[in-house]
Amino acid sequence: MLSRKTRQLAIWVPVAALGAVAWTILALARGENVSAVWILFAALASYAIAYRFYSRFIVKTVLRADDGRATPAEVNDDGHDFQPTDRRVLFGHHFAAIAGAGPLVGPVLAAQMGYLPGTLWIIIGVIFAGAVQDLVVLFFSMRRGGRSLGQLARDEIGPVGGIAALVAVLSIMVILLAVLALVVVNALKASPWGTFSIAMTVPIALFMGLYLRYLRPGRIMEISGIGAALLVLSVFGGRWVSESGWADAFTWSGQTLTLVLIGYGFVASVLPVWMLLAPRDYLSAFMKVGVVVMLGIGILAALPTLRTEAVTSFARNGDGPVVAGSLFPFVFITIACGALSGFHALISSGTTPKLIEKESQIRVIGYGGMLTESFVAIMALIAACVIDPGLYYAMNMPGPALGPTLESAAGAVTSLGFTITPDQLSAAARDVGESTLVARSGGAPTLAVGIADLLSSTLGSKAFWYHFAVMFEALFILTTVDAGTRVGRFMLQDTVGNVWKKAGDVSWKPGLYGSSAIIVGAWGYFLWTGVNDPLGGINQLFPLFGIANQLLAAIALAVCTTLLIKTGRAKYAWITAIPLAWDAVVTLTASWQKVFSDDVKVGFFAQRALYQDALDAGKTSLGNAKTTGQMEQVVTNATVDGVLAAFFALCVIVVLADAVRVWIGALRRPAPTTEDPYVESKLWAPAGLIPTAEERVMMKEASGRGAGP
Amino acid sequence: MTWGGLWGFLRDLTGERAYERYLDHRARRHPGEPVLAEKEFWRRRTDAHRPRTCC
Repeated sequence: MLSRKTRQLAIWVPVAALGAVAWTILALARGENVSAVWILFAALASYAIAYRFYSRFIVKTVLRADDGRATPAEVNDDGHDFQPTDRRVLFGHHFAAIAGAGPLVGPVLAAQMGYLPGTLWIIIGVIFAGAVQDLVVLFFSMRRGGRSLGQLARDEIGPVGGIAALVAVLSIMVILLAVLALVVVNALKASPWGTFSIAMTVPIALFMGLYLRYLRPGRIMEISGIGAALLVLSVFGGRWVSESGWADAFTWSGQTLTLVLIGYGFVASVLPVWMLLAPRDYLSAFMKVGVVVMLGIGILAALPTLRTEAVTSFARNGDGPVVAGSLFPFVFITIACGALSGFHALISSGTTPKLIEKESQIRVIGYGGMLTESFVAIMALIAACVIDPGLYYAMNMPGPALGPTLESAAGAVTSLGFTITPDQLSAAARDVGESTLVARSGGAPTLAVGIADLLSSTLGSKAFWYHFAVMFEALFILTTVDAGTRVGRFMLQDTVGNVWKKAGDVSWKPGLYGSSAIIVGAWGYFLWTGVNDPLGGINQLFPLFGIANQLLAAIALAVCTTLLIKTGRAKYAWITAIPLAWDAVVTLTASWQKVFSDDVKVGFFAQRALYQDALDAGKTSLGNAKTTGQMEQVVTNATVDGVLAAFFALCVIVVLADAVRVWIGALRRPAPTTEDPYVESKLWAPAGLIPTAEERVMMKEASGRGAGP
Repeated sequence: MTWGGLWGFLRDLTGERAYERYLDHRARRHPGEPVLAEKEFWRRRTDAHRPRTCC
């Protein structure tokens, strides 16, 4: 028998070597064909090493998770909110809650800067920032009975931090919903096939809801299976519709889709949860697993070659047509989910910590769950980097810049230095069963083309896989629209309820309808302006979404750092303080450029000035704004967006200043503990997903005593 | 993991075993007290469903 040390070396030396080789190939290859497999290897080897060594250091040395201590789930076990949950089940639920359309969209948009910046940020970012944030928030919330991020910010930093957190959550929610809804609009406009299959998800979810309510309550697996089968059928049905006389009835413009989505969002958020929300959640979770598996199989089966450059000229000059701005800071803003996502702090505090069985399991759930999301982001990046660059830009440049015809679109792409002919554009659209692919910005349709490319090499019809991919992306997004509106409504009712009691009563109908209408109105406004934006909605709104998400990460990391200092772990506060410093620099630089840059592609106020001056000079068209109405639109949008960017930056500064004040105080005078009192644990369970040999022996002993899991 | 174990895991993952777990919980923590009928249990559970979503 080899010693433990030798066995460890025998595993980790080859893993490190594989990672080193993969990274070297990615870093040094220029101009030759690089296989996407190297990105997969670099990611997997880095994740494995980070999980084995860094997350262990954080859990054992920094946080000192203690399996002798009972978790809130064990202490308060009430059968619903608090209950010790099998770590594998909880891992699944936590992952399903953190990962949605975000990790599928951001990397695709960032692919304009090449495959290397995105790959580096997704992998390094998740290891040192994103996964650390999720893990540390989970730990501190677990030690405090599962308190939410907002409550933690208020308790640990103060009322200012608490209010900033609340405002940040509400505004990120609004921008997030608008951006995601815009992605759906761009995927479905003038696409009867897509529109039909997405529309069918509503009756399918309603049927599932009725089935679970009245026919066979509790039979979640069978109805999820039926629902998933119906979804696949609806994708086939979409093809039939698009080729029949019904095609016109499902061919909708961006404006029509926007109004339908806004109406849907309102109705869905006021209906009882059992009708639409709960069944949609089941379907989404089901599909999520399917997507990850499908992407993985696609990449492994096709072993594609990357067609994007490692680092494009857009990374340096900031002239990227998809999202303007140079590599620093905009790659770190465009890719949030998958590397560092502040939104996760809302899931890692609140629900998940109330279900943890043993303290040491935070490692696999918090850190491991985020690594898994990061891997999804890496696969999405690969899918975007293996499609023809000419097609990529034809799909992702702002619509007005591409013009009305295939010829104008091909011309616009050629002027960037890529080649695609009008014939190739129409062939690409025909291949996936669409009338056109031009200006389908937002990432989802591009990813769908990538997935269809990967899968059609082994599994047949490209058109089917394209629409299947669009269907599940839209399904995730509609679930988020429905759920996010509801979450926003709860927060609004809660906040207003502090000053006006009646509004806080969740069963009071006028309050319910009113607050839903406010939230839907807010994201609906940004969606409407995005759809009609002469400069391209995704181009304008996506950076705002990234900034808002990273602002929330700054708040979460500030809370973590504060707690590390207050709980006598100041020596190790760097584990969250360094990512916090990085995140603050990124967010503040990005907002600074969005507010003050003279470059009209980047700076909102520079845009505003340019168009206002042109209007004052009596011009009737400028650039892509062809009428004075459109020019006025640019002026209004740029003003609103610029004010928002400035406001987000101000929030970051306020929270940071307030946090630093608390840090200095806590370093001078130890703060009283806010931790729940120690209770001895009587449960036993393995720490990781797969029990170790020692754990298996203990499990046997425990079950022998009748106290096993 | 056996096939039976895998099936049980999937039922846990989807929440389908919630009622069994509830009965188990009541028996452990509140022995002898009345329990909800299965239909009523699912109704209340679904009504208490809170959206958990992210980007």
